[in-house]
Amino acid sequence: MSGGLYLNVAVSGLLTGLIYGLSALGLSVIFGVIRIVNFAHGEMMVLGMFATLVLFRALGIDPLLSLPLVAAALFAFGYLLQDLMVRRVAHLADHMQFLLMASVAVMLISVCLMMFGPDAQNAQVSYGFDSFAIGPLLVDKVRVYAGIAALIVSGLLFAFFHYTPTGKAIRACGDNYTGALVVGLNVRRLYALTFGIGTACLGAAGAIMLLLVDVHPYLGPSYTLLAFIIVIIGGMGSLPGALLGGMLIGVSEALAGVILQPSLKSAFSFGLLILVLLVRPQGLLGKVSR
Amino acid sequence: MDRRHLLASGAALGATSTLVLPTRLLAATGPLKVGVILPRSGVQAGIGQDCQRGVDIAGPILKAMGMPDLQILSGDTESKVETARSTAEKLIGEGAQLLIGAFDSGQTTAIAQVAEQKGVPLVINIAAAPQITEQGYKFVFRNFPTAGTILANAFEQQNAIFKQVGDAPKSVVFMHVNDTFGTAMAGGIGALMPKFNVPYKVIETIPYDPRARDLSVEISKAKASGAEALLCVSRLNDAILLTREMIKQRWTPKAVMSMGPGWYEDQYLKTLGKYSDGPLTFSPWYDPKKKLSQTLVAAMAKSFPGVNLNTNHVFTFEALLVAADAYKRAGSGDPKALAEAIRTTNIADNSSMGPGIMFNAKGQNDKVVDGSVQNVGGKQVVVQPEASATAKPIWPMPAYDKR
Repeated sequence: MSGGLYLNVAVSGLLTGLIYGLSALGLSVIFGVIRIVNFAHGEMMVLGMFATLVLFRALGIDPLLSLPLVAAALFAFGYLLQDLMVRRVAHLADHMQFLLMASVAVMLISVCLMMFGPDAQNAQVSYGFDSFAIGPLLVDKVRVYAGIAALIVSGLLFAFFHYTPTGKAIRACGDNYTGALVVGLNVRRLYALTFGIGTACLGAAGAIMLLLVDVHPYLGPSYTLLAFIIVIIGGMGSLPGALLGGMLIGVSEALAGVILQPSLKSAFSFGLLILVLLVRPQGLLGKVSR
Repeated sequence: MDRRHLLASGAALGATSTLVLPTRLLAATGPLKVGVILPRSGVQAGIGQDCQRGVDIAGPILKAMGMPDLQILSGDTESKVETARSTAEKLIGEGAQLLIGAFDSGQTTAIAQVAEQKGVPLVINIAAAPQITEQGYKFVFRNFPTAGTILANAFEQQNAIFKQVGDAPKSVVFMHVNDTFGTAMAGGIGALMPKFNVPYKVIETIPYDPRARDLSVEISKAKASGAEALLCVSRLNDAILLTREMIKQRWTPKAVMSMGPGWYEDQYLKTLGKYSDGPLTFSPWYDPKKKLSQTLVAAMAKSFPGVNLNTNHVFTFEALLVAADAYKRAGSGDPKALAEAIRTTNIADNSSMGPGIMFNAKGQNDKVVDGSVQNVGGKQVVVQPEASATAKPIWPMPAYDKR
């Protein structure tokens, strides 16, 4: 096998990993602050993919251009979901939270199935089959654009949490819930905002993902599982960890496909997960919980 | 006189009488309850829904053929083996007197076990894993070739095409889904290829998950192998993904030779448009020159404008035809009587390629053969066997970047 093959595969895996990372950011943001595990994660991303598909088919809007619209719609969905439903089970046992989120997931699958049917569907953009050729490197244009979009969205998210008063307030809630209440932060609103931001990430990831993957209602669970692997490897609640985990999974899966067997790609991800759990259970960039 | 005596008396009459008497009886017993189990949701939903079209067009055609009414009970495997099993049990519990299904070999194997345990006939529409009819089952019948037959026919017809076009690939990369069907086909290729003197060598084998979201690595590996052609056993979604990646990675092999579903299906043609042209599929198909095929083509055009008749429709329809024919001849919905009637099936006026529908002692129609189908201008045309061909093969496949 030539070096060009490995280079091509690694670059492609890295770009795909960036999108995986953006999607996992949504899970990490919500867990990092609200301490709720979003088991409807993949289904929400699928909702974002379908919303993007509708905008593409009805109005001809390119998925990358519809990204802000879809992210905003998913933000509103997440905000309301947290404020009207999730908030009410936040103090209950973990399995009750799981049941609620799993129910939301099943409902989302059913709604998508009723509205869009079971067939895989895609948005066929004009540049969908193009690629950039740089020497031996041949990179799919869609993947390049998607990777850049994922980086921009992730950058904006980091900037929001580190440089805006609201972002800092949200981080404060995540660090010390009681302290946040004591200093007079509106925790209920900030939690709803956080859930909204998490689901907005999924909307953005869904818009980007539609360029790469055909959407169907049953796509969600595999992405929920993938996001769990990524955030556990990167560190639950760590935003840079989610992005790093995504890239690591993207590249390692791609290279495992070439070096070992393509059908061993998933097994390799789980192997990595087990290794991290054994060696560094808090994840690569996660904090040790006390 | 009860029904059994009446039947016995009917059987004693001549051939003409037996056709009339059971029909009268059937009118009294009502339509046969047929459980049609398909992957209507999940990863194979597109194909399951496509098979259902074969059910949807069947009613008026069967009636015109003088067949008794069938009452369809629909079941969904959700593309999962375990759900296939429970769905079969549920439909039998609801009164299904005969089962049809289920497109996927793994799911069909599970249904076959239930059918045999419960003593309810199963007529397989599509499923090629050989072991299904090698278990000594008494209630399982398959009007679809086994993986071995598909491969044998495929190699024969590939050789015929190479001879016809005066060219052949020297090497191929073999890509296959790693599910029950794909693995059975892969095993069969290793065992059968040497017997057919095909001019190419398999220089790389790449198995992959049929639920894969991304097949870029697989195509990178296939391209890097330097093979002249792609030999594959796929499903629908992965066939689309493979094609997209070939275009993006600027690789047009001399031929794509598929020995399974995916590449000929309408969703493949619609999703990929001009890029769908070229692949050759060696698969069970309908004989476009048969009268019933023309009836089915017309029925599809009427009920589903824009949808081309394909394997899924034809073999699902034929499974219903077998059920209706057996019910008519058995004169009873009793599962044992139905199984006995199916065993003596002899339908010459069918649609699929081969002499007709009949089953050997194992419940297998070993007379059904493949066709070679090529996508040309958004349609599937038969290019082999010559007796059924409506066009000549286009060789080599037009380059993706010159379309």
